[in-house]
Amino acid sequence: MSSQPRTLYQKIWDAHVVDRRDDGTCLIYIDRHLVHEVTSPQAFEALALAGRPVRRPDLTLAVPDHNLPTTPRRDAAGRPVPIADPESAAQLAALARNAPANGIRYIEATDAEQGIVHVVGPEQGFTLPGCTLVCGDSHTAAHGALGALAFGIGTSEVEHVLATQTLLLKQARAMNIRIEGRLGFGVAPKDLILAIIGRIGAAGGTGHVIEYSGSTIRAMSVEGRLTIANMSIEAGARAGLIAPDDTSFAYLKGRPMAPAGEMWDRAVAHWRTLVTDPGAVFDRVVDIDAGDVAPSVTWGTSPEDVVPVTGSVPDPDSFAEPARRAAALKSLDYMGLKPGQPMADVTVENIFIGSCTNSRIEDLRAAAAVVAGRRLAPGIRQALVVPGSGLVKRAAEAEGLDRIFIEAGFEWREPGCSACLGMNPDKVPAGERCASTSNRNFVGRQGPGARTHLVSPAMAAAAAATGRLADVRDLMGGETQ
Amino acid sequence: MTPFRDVTGRAIPFGRANVDTDIIIPAPWLKTISRQGLGRGAFESVRAEPGNVFDDPAFAGAPILIAGENFGCGSSREHAAWALADLGIRAVIAPSFSDIFSGNAFKNGIVTVELPRAAIDRLMEVARDHPLTVDLDSQSVTSPLQDRFAFTLDPFRRDCLLNGLDEVGLTLAMADRIGTFEARRAAETPWL
Ligand code: SF4
Repeated sequence: MSSQPRTLYQKIWDAHVVDRRDDGTCLIYIDRHLVHEVTSPQAFEALALAGRPVRRPDLTLAVPDHNLPTTPRRDAAGRPVPIADPESAAQLAALARNAPANGIRYIEATDAEQGIVHVVGPEQGFTLPGCTLVCGDSHTAAHGALGALAFGIGTSEVEHVLATQTLLLKQARAMNIRIEGRLGFGVAPKDLILAIIGRIGAAGGTGHVIEYSGSTIRAMSVEGRLTIANMSIEAGARAGLIAPDDTSFAYLKGRPMAPAGEMWDRAVAHWRTLVTDPGAVFDRVVDIDAGDVAPSVTWGTSPEDVVPVTGSVPDPDSFAEPARRAAALKSLDYMGLKPGQPMADVTVENIFIGSCTNSRIEDLRAAAAVVAGRRLAPGIRQALVVPGSGLVKRAAEAEGLDRIFIEAGFEWREPGCSACLGMNPDKVPAGERCASTSNRNFVGRQGPGARTHLVSPAMAAAAAATGRLADVRDLMGGETQ
Repeated sequence: MTPFRDVTGRAIPFGRANVDTDIIIPAPWLKTISRQGLGRGAFESVRAEPGNVFDDPAFAGAPILIAGENFGCGSSREHAAWALADLGIRAVIAPSFSDIFSGNAFKNGIVTVELPRAAIDRLMEVARDHPLTVDLDSQSVTSPLQDRFAFTLDPFRRDCLLNGLDEVGLTLAMADRIGTFEARRAAETPWL
């Protein structure tokens, strides 16, 4: 087996096979399990009912994120603020009870380490190259940015992992997306992944694990890679992978849960072998020229509905496939847009800078650079900046980014999923539009009737300053294309 | 899991493509710590459309759903499968499914049947007036009009469905192997 060239995916897979059945189904060992409040209560309940213990609480980490309001977590006297919504409170209480009761480390809502699971994992060094990592959340794909085989699972699988530390899986096909060249002025990793999804489609990666490679990825920070891998699921792929390199090692070194000392050196030596061998065969290869990518925006209700900001709303008749045409008609109706309307003219009332896609320090820096010295446009009703974790928030405050946002008129919030999904008090009102750095523009995702345009942090900042989906390059000085 | 051999009944001719799990069950419904009662929130935004198939009395309690490509894409929420189960859906027929959704469906005793586009188009038509049968034994979808479309299921999943096997129980029986793997892992990659 080892003499044959293998993909990175194949290497990680092979290293985790506990048992292989005749039909190809494998029992795969899971090294890391992240747990949050929404997809775990029924799993813990099932374990308790069957009298089954958690096999490896030491490989499991629990963090609340989806339901938490992003308003202050402590009152003036320093007491924790109770959660107003009774159902959210019950779900959060279940996690706060279930995790410690099963010996699982639980990060409290009021801890500095709290944040969105997919921001916390890498930040704590819980996510490591070459490990298998799962969470009851589809954006677990994000952790692949560090070379972890990471994917979202359902609640029954959460239960399976808690009980056995394994999953029964069939190997996926391997896809390679090779990206070469430099991203242009004002073009962010978010624009790149949106363009990729626009190109291969929302089901383009179904049944595949995507490995992103090429000079563009190698030159990218871990934060940018996290944005890319995060949205693999929006292309239908359950997981995205990026081979670990010196950039990844520099990011991980010294993180609280990363190995240290002599163990660190041993780990790095091993991690250096985690690359696709020359000559390894992928089932599908897609080539992308980074220079072709412009700041991107979505016009519809699927993440594949992408155009460059310089483009306009497409005509549904331009789609050859009848199903796609029908979907585009429905989308435009929901979005309140007309074919041919220039995207940069579309006005927005809401700005959301946050989510596991774009809430890390680099994202906040990129947005703040555009916001600095500007004010929210008069038409903006609400503009939220929601750091991905308490540690990101602190780091941003140390750099003075919070002042830049607040002076411009933004609200500076506590970490959590926030307006990425309509589960907590942060929502976009029906019929209103939001320039959002999140990952899903689905019908009702940000609240019933909410209209979402997916953009990069810098583009969201440009929308805040102009009140429309403006081309951020026009606000950045310097050359535009 | 209760064993699943076949199901016969009306099939909701939904047919829409790229139905994400936010459409199957919107986020506000995820704030539950139970698996039950989610049918009430199922397809909320679709049900707001006048004349939608879900509120058509002809399909009340229908155990089969026909959908378009990429059914169940998006969020991994198993609540989508629970919502369908709560509606009484036992089988979903579509040209393709998201990987996570079909896994979740299977674990809740719902079979996901993949058929080519042409077969789906035909079934959409037949389902308007006739019941369908999804049979796991013969792996076929049939209609009273003599339609017969063969499908294949993953053998392991089929076995679990037919025999009502509990996956966690099956894996726990392999605890020794898992233990052996863990010992090797501790030696080779101790930082994990
Ligand atoms: S930020 Fe959004 S996409 Fe990310 S985990 Fe939270 S809800 Fe899911």
